[in-house]
This record gives sequence, C-alpha cells and structure tokens, in this order.
Amino acid sequence: MDQKGYRRGSFQSSTSDEDMLEIAGASLDFSMADDDPPLDREMGGFSSYNGGGMNGSSTMMDFLEEPLPGVGTYEDFNTIDWVREKSRDRDRHREITSRSKESTWALIHSVSDAFSGWLLMLLIGLLAGSLAGLIDISAHWMTDLKEGVCLAGFWFNHEHCCWKSNTTFTDRDKCPEWKSWSQLILGYGEGAFAYILNYFMYVSWALLFSLLAVLLVKGFAPYACGSGIPEIKTILSGFIIRGYLGKWTLIIKTITLVLAVSSGLSLGKEGPLVHVACCCGNILCHLFTKYRKNEAKRREVLSAAAAAGVSVAFGAPIGGVLFSLEEVSYYFPLKTLWRSFFAALVAAFTLRSINPFGNSRLVLFYVEFHMPWHLLELVPFILLGIFGGLWGAFFIRSNIAWCRRRKTTKLGKYPVLEVFVVTAITAVLAFPNEYTRMSTSELISELFNDCGILDSSKLCEYVNDFNSTKGDDLPDRAAGPGVYTAMWQLALALIMKVFITIFTFGMKVPSGLFIPSMAVGAIAGRLLGVAVEQLAFYHHDWAIFSGWCSQGADCITPGLYAMVGAAACLGGVTRMTVSLVVIMFELTGGLEYIVPLMAAAMTSKWVADAIGREGIYDAHIRLNGYPFLEAKEEFSHKTLAMDVMRPRRSDPPLTVITQDSMTVEDVETIINETTYSGYPVVVSRESQRLVGFVLRRDLIISIENARKKQDGIVSTSIIYFTDHSPPLPPSSPSMLKLRSILDLSPFTVTDQTPMEIVVDIFRKLGLRQCLVTHNGKLLGIITKKDVLKHIAQLANQDPDSILFN
Amino acid sequence: GCEFLFPQASMMFAQCTRLCATSVLLIALLCCILSPPAQASKSSEDIRCKCICPPYRNISGHIYNKNVSQKDCNCLHVVEPMPVPGNDVEAYCLLCECKYEERSTTTIKVIIIIYLSVVGALLLYMAFLVLVDPLIRKPDAYTQPLHNEEENEDARSLATAPTPSGARANTVLERVEGAQQRWKRQVQEQRKTVFDRHKMLS
Repeated sequence: MDQKGYRRGSFQSSTSDEDMLEIAGASLDFSMADDDPPLDREMGGFSSYNGGGMNGSSTMMDFLEEPLPGVGTYEDFNTIDWVREKSRDRDRHREITSRSKESTWALIHSVSDAFSGWLLMLLIGLLAGSLAGLIDISAHWMTDLKEGVCLAGFWFNHEHCCWKSNTTFTDRDKCPEWKSWSQLILGYGEGAFAYILNYFMYVSWALLFSLLAVLLVKGFAPYACGSGIPEIKTILSGFIIRGYLGKWTLIIKTITLVLAVSSGLSLGKEGPLVHVACCCGNILCHLFTKYRKNEAKRREVLSAAAAAGVSVAFGAPIGGVLFSLEEVSYYFPLKTLWRSFFAALVAAFTLRSINPFGNSRLVLFYVEFHMPWHLLELVPFILLGIFGGLWGAFFIRSNIAWCRRRKTTKLGKYPVLEVFVVTAITAVLAFPNEYTRMSTSELISELFNDCGILDSSKLCEYVNDFNSTKGDDLPDRAAGPGVYTAMWQLALALIMKVFITIFTFGMKVPSGLFIPSMAVGAIAGRLLGVAVEQLAFYHHDWAIFSGWCSQGADCITPGLYAMVGAAACLGGVTRMTVSLVVIMFELTGGLEYIVPLMAAAMTSKWVADAIGREGIYDAHIRLNGYPFLEAKEEFSHKTLAMDVMRPRRSDPPLTVITQDSMTVEDVETIINETTYSGYPVVVSRESQRLVGFVLRRDLIISIENARKKQDGIVSTSIIYFTDHSPPLPPSSPSMLKLRSILDLSPFTVTDQTPMEIVVDIFRKLGLRQCLVTHNGKLLGIITKKDVLKHIAQLANQDPDSILFN
Repeated sequence: GCEFLFPQASMMFAQCTRLCATSVLLIALLCCILSPPAQASKSSEDIRCKCICPPYRNISGHIYNKNVSQKDCNCLHVVEPMPVPGNDVEAYCLLCECKYEERSTTTIKVIIIIYLSVVGALLLYMAFLVLVDPLIRKPDAYTQPLHNEEENEDARSLATAPTPSGARANTVLERVEGAQQRWKRQVQEQRKTVFDRHKMLS
C-alpha cells in the first residue's frame, strides 16, 4: 500500500504499526443498497472493536465494515487522544464481557484478559530486575578494570578477587590475586613511575569506555542518550515518540550505561534505569493485544514500569511507586497503584536473588546504624537543607544554560569530541584524589558509614583512648591527622563534583543525576557533621552541648549528616517531596530519621523554589520544547477562550469540511494545502453548525484505501458523513461514506469560557483540541499547542519555543 | 454462529500461541540468569564467614576468613589461632564482628561474558556497517548524505525497495534486508533529530 501521505515527517518504527499496515484491508461493501434492515446492537458492536468506536449505529454496511488498519493510530510526535483511547478500551471490555456468556472459550478469553495485566507486571518486574542486576555487576567490574585486573579470573572485580584471601586489618584492599596495572606491567606497584603508569592506564580506560559509549549511541540508537526522564514524562502525558522505547534503544542504553558509569564520569544510573524499565514495559506490551493497541492502557503499564525502575535503582519499592506517581506519571488511576507496587516488588525481588553486591542488599550504600539524634541537631540539618536548595537552583540554572549553548551553538556539532574532552578532564582531575578516584556509589557508601572500632579508613582515624572503650559504642573523639587529610580532600572533591556535573549531565551518553547530587550532599553533610562533632568534643561545656552531649558520650553521628545532606541536595535539584523521604527511609530501614530528612527536604525545596520554580526535569522539558502541559501549576490569568482560539481576527477563516457537499478532490486539496491534524465537520458553510471532528490521518488512510479498493470512487465522488447518503442524480459517481472515522462527540466550549476552565479541561481530560462555539455556531479551535503557547506568553517566555505539533 | 467465531478463535489462538511462545522463551532466559545463584550457593568456594577483630591491648587488628556454614559463623569457630589466652577470649570475641556472606561466581562469570559478547557483537556489526556494507550496496543503492535536511520520500522508498514492485518480499533474506533498510532509515532519522536538528535530548 502506498503510504506517502501520512508518512511525511514520520517513521513508523514500532512493529505493531507495520504489521497492521501490511494486513490486507478488509472488504468494504459500499453498495448503494442501503435498505437492508439494521441488525441489532449486539452484532454491531463487533465492528467498533478497533476503530472509531464512538458511534453505535449499526447498519448492515457498518457491520461488514472492519476498521481499516491504520485508522486510530497516531503519527510520530503527535499527542494521543485520551478520551478516544479510553472509550475504545471500554468498548473492547464491554464486548468481551458480553461474549463471555456465549461459550467456554470466550469465558476463558475474558478471564485471561483480566489477568493479562498482572502477568504483564510480573514479566516487567522480572525483566527489569534482571537487567538491573546485569548493569550492576558489569558496572562494578568495569569500574575496577580501570585500576587493575584479577589474576584468579578476569571477570572478578577487586572486592570479589580478594574474597577468599586473608587481608590485613589496615590494608583491606591488598591481596596477591589483584594486580594493579603497574604491578602487572612493571612488576612493582610503588614509586613515581608506577604511579604515572597507573594514572595513564586509568585515563586511557576511561577514555576508551566513554568513546565506545558515545559511538554506540550515535551509531545504533541516538535516542539512548541523556537521562530519559523528561522524555518519559512527556510520553506519559500523551505524546508519541516512536522508537524511544524500542528494543534497540533498550539494548544500547543498557550497554552504554555500564560504559558511561565505568568511565568515571560524574553521572549516575538511576534515571537511565527508569528509561530501561519503561523500554522493557513497552516491549512486553506487544505481547498482549489489550495493551498493544491502546495507547492509554500502555501508558498505565509504563507508569508501573517506571516504578519498577526506581525500585531496582534504590532498593525502594514504595519509593519507586511514589516517584512514579509524583514525578513521572500524568494520569495515575488507583488500579495502577496496586499493579505498580507489584511490579516494583517483583523487580526488587529478582534483583535480590541475583545478589549483585554479595550481601543481599540492593544498593551499595545501605545504612545500618540506628543512633539517636537530638532536637538541637535540627539546626545543622536545616543548614544542610538550605545548602541543598541553593546548590539545586545553581545547578539547574547553569546546566540549562550549558545545554542551551550546546543546542544552539557550534558546540553541539561535535558530540563525540565533547564526550572525549569532558572524560579526559574528569579522569585527569579525579585520579590524584582518592575520593574522586573511587566510584561515586562507593564514595557515598563510605560517607554514610558510621565509624566504629572495626573501621580503618582514613575518615575514621580518630584519636582513640583505649581506656574508655566500652564495646562497640565509641564516644565522640578528637579527630586524628587522617580525618584532617580526609576533610580537605573531600572539600576538593566537592568543588570538583559541583562543577563537573554541570557539564556532564546532558551529554550524548546515558547520564543520570541522582548519584552525583547525593554525592555532593553527602560530602557537604559529612564535612558539617565532623565539624559539629569536633565542636561538641572540644567545647562540651558550652550551654548548647552540656545538656545532652557530655564528655564520653556518642552524640553526633557524621554519617547521619551525610545522609541528610544527600537528601537535601537531591530534593533541591529534582524537587521531589514524598518520594524522596520514602526512598531515603527505605535506604536506612527505619523510621528514626524521618524528621531530620523531612526537615532538610522541606527546607531545600522551599529555598530552591524561591529562586527558580522548576525542577531539573521540567526545565529540560521546557528547554526542548516538548508539548507537556504542567499539571501542578495553577493558571491564574483572566483571559477568555476567544483570546486563545484560532483563527485570530487577521487569519483566514477556519478550515472546515461539510458533511455531505464536498468531493474527494476538495478534501484532498484541503489536506494538501493545510497541515492541521484534524478538521471540524459542519452541516454547511452557511450555518456552521457542528457535526463532529475528523482527524487528518484517518481521512488520508480512508481516502487512499477507498480509491484503491472501492469501485467507482473518483475525484468527483461526494464524501458524506451522514448516516444516509444525500440524494443525488443517478448519473453521479458512487459516494464515499466516512461516518465511521468521524468523532461525533467533540468537546466544545463557548467563546466566553475563562481560560482557567479551558486549561483545566485540557489537563483533566487529556484533550488534543477543543472547539469553540458562539451562540451554537462553530467559531474556532483551541489546540494543546495553542494553550501551551498562551501559557508561555503569559509567563514572558518565548512562545515559539514550543516546537512539536 | 460458528462462521464468525471461528476466525476470531483462530486469531485468538494465534495470538495466544505467540504470547505463550514469547513468555516461555522469556521465562527460560530469566531462569538461566537466576538459576546459577540458586545452584551455586552450595559450592564451597562461594560462602565464607568473615570475622573482623579490632586492635585489642597490644594485639593488632586482624581479619579472619573461613568457609563454614551459617550456624558455625561465630568468633569461636572462625578465629584461629586465638591470639588471647583463655580467660580473655570472651572479652575479645565481644569486640569481633562476624558476618556470613555468600556470592555466586557462576552468575558473575556468566553475566560478564554475556556483556562482553554483546559489546563485541555490536562493535563487529558497527564495523560491518561502516566498512563492508557500503561496498556491497554500491551497485544498486542511492545513498543520501547524512546532513541532507530535505526528506525525499519517493526517492528513498524507491531506492530501498530491492524487490520488484507488486511482489511481496517472501524469502527470508529479502525480508531481513527490508527490515535492515527500514531500521537504518529509522536510525538516520533519529540521528537527525538528536544530533543535527537538536530537536530532542539536547
């Protein structure tokens, strides 16, 4: 079938569409004999299964008329019609229920249809968990590959290599099986030359990994770069981006995510894991008809898949569901809540059984201490919240400025070179400082750690007074030289991470934002925590400390400060509220720290909101011009519908199609001359009384199909949308009935409707367009793009930045 | 009536078969990934009991590893030779912390090898596409330069249809080639959107 007309500017990459287009069209019997008695409704329902299921009229002609393949699908970069999708699903469900009484087979079919949702969730959880396990294990191995290799089996990372051998208490990393590159090449590991060789190998491996990542992304799946969450938010609000959740994107994103994380760049894997999980969801949807053919149901599944993605990233199923509810999804029916939780649990359980970290934990930085905290410590916690908010606002501003520069200037023409340069700078600056040399997850894990007598890292090198040691409960002690060294190294690491993340997020490799923000917050928190601890130790007689922190007591836990700092910075950047607190408390496994976490999260959100209104994902949506109608903000201006509708006073009048007086040629001319995605159908040009709305894509498919398959359809054939054909002299060519593609219930508002109600209607119902009437006559049309441009104009932003149709 | 139930039933059956086949395949694949952890936990080299003992009086800190089962994972069984005399053992063992850990070396090996083979396969395919493919396609292809902004649908659809018009691509090779051409066009379009026009994902 020649598909010129509607392929313009779009490529159907999803296999379902292509399958549908290759099926031969059903036979259409459009003979003039219209006097057969209509069959009863039961049979007529069969035809409305898959097409424009809006009209219930059922003549013999309608019954034989199977919906054309392609009718009811959407072009790339278009918005879906939520109302139509939901009504199609209801029709389908009604039909299955009514048929289930007829035979056992149909009953089984209806039961399996009801369970298909749960089976799909199970499969998504399994696949997402397995992929997350693969990513975790591979990333761990490749990160350590930059420093050395295991002789007992090259597939072991450093920790697993030294698993069996006896390590010393102070040097827990050294074992004979693990050889650093200088040891392997030169034979010795100490000395200036060995250091330089290690440095060189580290930088080379980092460059190799990142170059490989960007070449794979550019060569196979350009949609696999970036974080993915802004685009998934847009897709879940009703936008179609073909190929964004396809199999090649899934494979390339998984592979290049491991490469990007292992190359030492300042990025994380949580955001891309959400994209990976949504790809799994989309691909598995093709197994079930219920979800393959219906875009609205598919988006419910994608919301659940996003929850599973966050769940495996943090080991937090509840936090994952709340993240999906708060950040990613647009419409979240209650049924989806239970199913998302199921998918998240299955994914977490699958990951746990793969056991990537060897201790049945899902995340590297799980916190296991439960030390109490004092109310006076809320002051430093709120300080951390303020720091988090300030850093979040600063990061968003600078990252958006840098991304805008990448988008508009020559910088964007050299993506591979950009990745190369940023990796080189990151690797060269990261190697000398041991806290930036280790992977960011390990850094966070070390910062969250509470120092006990069993720890021997530099950060825990306090001055020990053995006489006062009572078991494992160490009091606050004076900081030893190791702690001071660690402090200034951490301060340097903080500065480096703050600046390098700005240039890293948004590059053409998969990049997430959660881990770098948590690292920045954890470093700041730990610094503050150690400062407060030392203050309490040396000045335990001050009024603020004397009440609760006497000498010899263990009152300040710097690990807790690191955790609160991490939560504050993450909240400042993403503006998450409930989901952030729940994720953090699932990481700690207890409710004791809910109050500090909430205090810090709330403070950071308020401070960041005072400086800039949007979180990082909304800012990227606006930067890219996606047609995303923000559901959280109130529309507070007093404009009316007639101020926003098209056509304006100076424009040509509204392009309409009449219900029974236009020929095929006229309609084709309209289609070719205008680029609107749909046309209102009126009774006649003089009366302008509204009949319905017809979509461009459906018109093109139907007309082309009719020209090929039906007898007698020529350019002068009349197209009619009414139930019965208009009376015409018998010598005229046969007429084309297109009532089945007409939407008989378009939404209308009057021209005096306030825009706040119109915006509310668009948000709540998920409309693409809304017709405007005046005194009952059709006056104009408001599309979602017009609404977005209007909001942008009123917010003094550039209305032309809304790019997509 | 049977006449319209039967096609529907056969369509449902076909879909069900497809669904069942794909589910079985998926579950088999997942079992391959998940079963090594279940089996290998019995292997002796994959379990250990790790006891960390801090410095005590004039004895330096030490780490002890031994592969014992979980019920034997405590200080008395693992720490040998005991560095303190008999009456101090209890005080010393109170300071030590013993943890039972298990891992699955088979899972790690399998996953790393799968990962490396996928990366290798992708690199080979990329090398093939960049180097070998243009040489094969040169006689009958109409290659479009990558930065060409205009979309010439007809030329592209003509050029990429190697089969004669009207005949369906029935043989496996022609179908594969058709799918590959479609995929290449799709990647090119995505590349234009992301890298050239910066319409998305900037």
